[in-house]
Amino acid sequence: MSEKFDCIVVGAGPAGISCAHELAKGGAKVLLLERGEYPGSKNVMGGVLYRKMMEDIVPEFYKEAPLERPVVEQRFMMMDKESAVTFGYKGMEWAKEPYNNFTVLRAKFDQWFASKAVEQGAVLVNETVVLECIVEDGKVVGVKTDRPNGEVYADVVVLADGVNSLLAQSLGFHKEYQPDEVALATMEVLKLDKKIIEDRFNLEENQGCTIELFGDATKGILGTGFLYTNKDSLSIGVGTLLSGLIKHKIKPYELLEYVKNHPMIRPYIQGSESQEYLAHLIPEGGFKSMGKIVGNGVIVIGDASQLVNAIHREGSNLAMTSGRYAAETILLAKQAGDFSENMLDTYRMRLMSGFVGQDMQKYKDSTHHFNKFPQYFDEYIPMLNKAASQMFTVDGMSKWEKQKKIWSDLGTGKEKMKLARDMYRAWKVIK
Amino acid sequence: MSEQKKGQSIEEKQYLVRFNADTKSHLHVKDPDICMTSCPDKICTIFCPAEIYKWEDIRMHVGYEGCHECGSCRIGCPHQNIKWEYPKGGHGIVFRLG
Repeated sequence: MSEKFDCIVVGAGPAGISCAHELAKGGAKVLLLERGEYPGSKNVMGGVLYRKMMEDIVPEFYKEAPLERPVVEQRFMMMDKESAVTFGYKGMEWAKEPYNNFTVLRAKFDQWFASKAVEQGAVLVNETVVLECIVEDGKVVGVKTDRPNGEVYADVVVLADGVNSLLAQSLGFHKEYQPDEVALATMEVLKLDKKIIEDRFNLEENQGCTIELFGDATKGILGTGFLYTNKDSLSIGVGTLLSGLIKHKIKPYELLEYVKNHPMIRPYIQGSESQEYLAHLIPEGGFKSMGKIVGNGVIVIGDASQLVNAIHREGSNLAMTSGRYAAETILLAKQAGDFSENMLDTYRMRLMSGFVGQDMQKYKDSTHHFNKFPQYFDEYIPMLNKAASQMFTVDGMSKWEKQKKIWSDLGTGKEKMKLARDMYRAWKVIK
Repeated sequence: MSEQKKGQSIEEKQYLVRFNADTKSHLHVKDPDICMTSCPDKICTIFCPAEIYKWEDIRMHVGYEGCHECGSCRIGCPHQNIKWEYPKGGHGIVFRLG
């Protein structure tokens, strides 16, 4: 591997494949390196792929990509131990083209997506770990891989190596993450008959449903659970800040079993069979944890640059857009023959002024806030459940009396003030 | 009663996953004495999602073959005592679905 490329992209996930696809389409000579046996073999995602950002790269991909189901309903469950307050939205506009989002299985989808980049002319090499960036005169000029004579050179190296971006770290772009900057997610894919899925989730053929789980799904720790419908399987998972698991000494797979056996969830998955168990970290530090993402001859994209909007369970879409912007910047740099940090900074500026940067800034305090004040998850969600139960239980008590009781159950005047203040604060960090 | 029988314990969950283990470990405890003397909680044995860290009386056993390569141990070790690398190209965990 001694030839020189215009660009080397490290990591064939949504960010890296998007970048390689756009570069190749623009006529650049691009090498896409993947450490796994095939693209997707190291990748984990609950499973929601957003149509818009994907279509920016492959128009009408939904006509040929291996997708599971277009999502027509999104539900949110605020769970207590034996109850849940549920709300959601279902709309038939999501059941037809151009669709809103889809459930996908990463290993299948990423292989297909990478094949599209290869069709455009990208060179994909699997089973190759990049050990370090080759730096000369303060400029990244290539990478050293774990293959014999494994040094490859390029004008630009794009780091799309995921949440554990040891490469960005070794360049000094960001410090090691702290346990409250990453969420550990575990999930299972459960095989279940197509017809049963459609009956249980009130779906017709080629329609999907996503359910996000809050509160008792994570035993009150900051995090969420999820239950998504695939074609003939369900994806169920739970993710909490690593710091929360450490603090409460909880085993992640036991938490997953707890969710699977929760009385609000169990009926959905009854009779299913586990096909695969997966664990992965999600970068959730947000805007404040983002390090440097551009240097001389190098750009960082996707999870490697902490691009996750935890509040809206978005990540792969941010990754794809970052990959596309990086590619466009590199094509400009190629024209100008200038691969300096100054030139490549166009990527960062575009990213930060578009929806990716705007959303990262909008929610910059959210993880920190909800982590610092656990009462949202361990007090207020149970309170909401209790209030709903009281209000809807017909037992001879008048509705006025019920309201009075619910009001008094909120606590003393001081406690009510605290509740009001917390609601205001929550509004402030997400508004 | 739930019909959800298979895949309950961590051993059963791990059995569902395909691994192509390298012959040598990509995970190393930097200083075994730290686990022994300064780390009463041995919290890695709790939060590792594959339960690959097991305390055996006087030493930490690292069953790297079942590692999901998530990175939690590197970040979560209170003593930064774990040297974490990626397994050799093409080795380690191989997800087939999710």
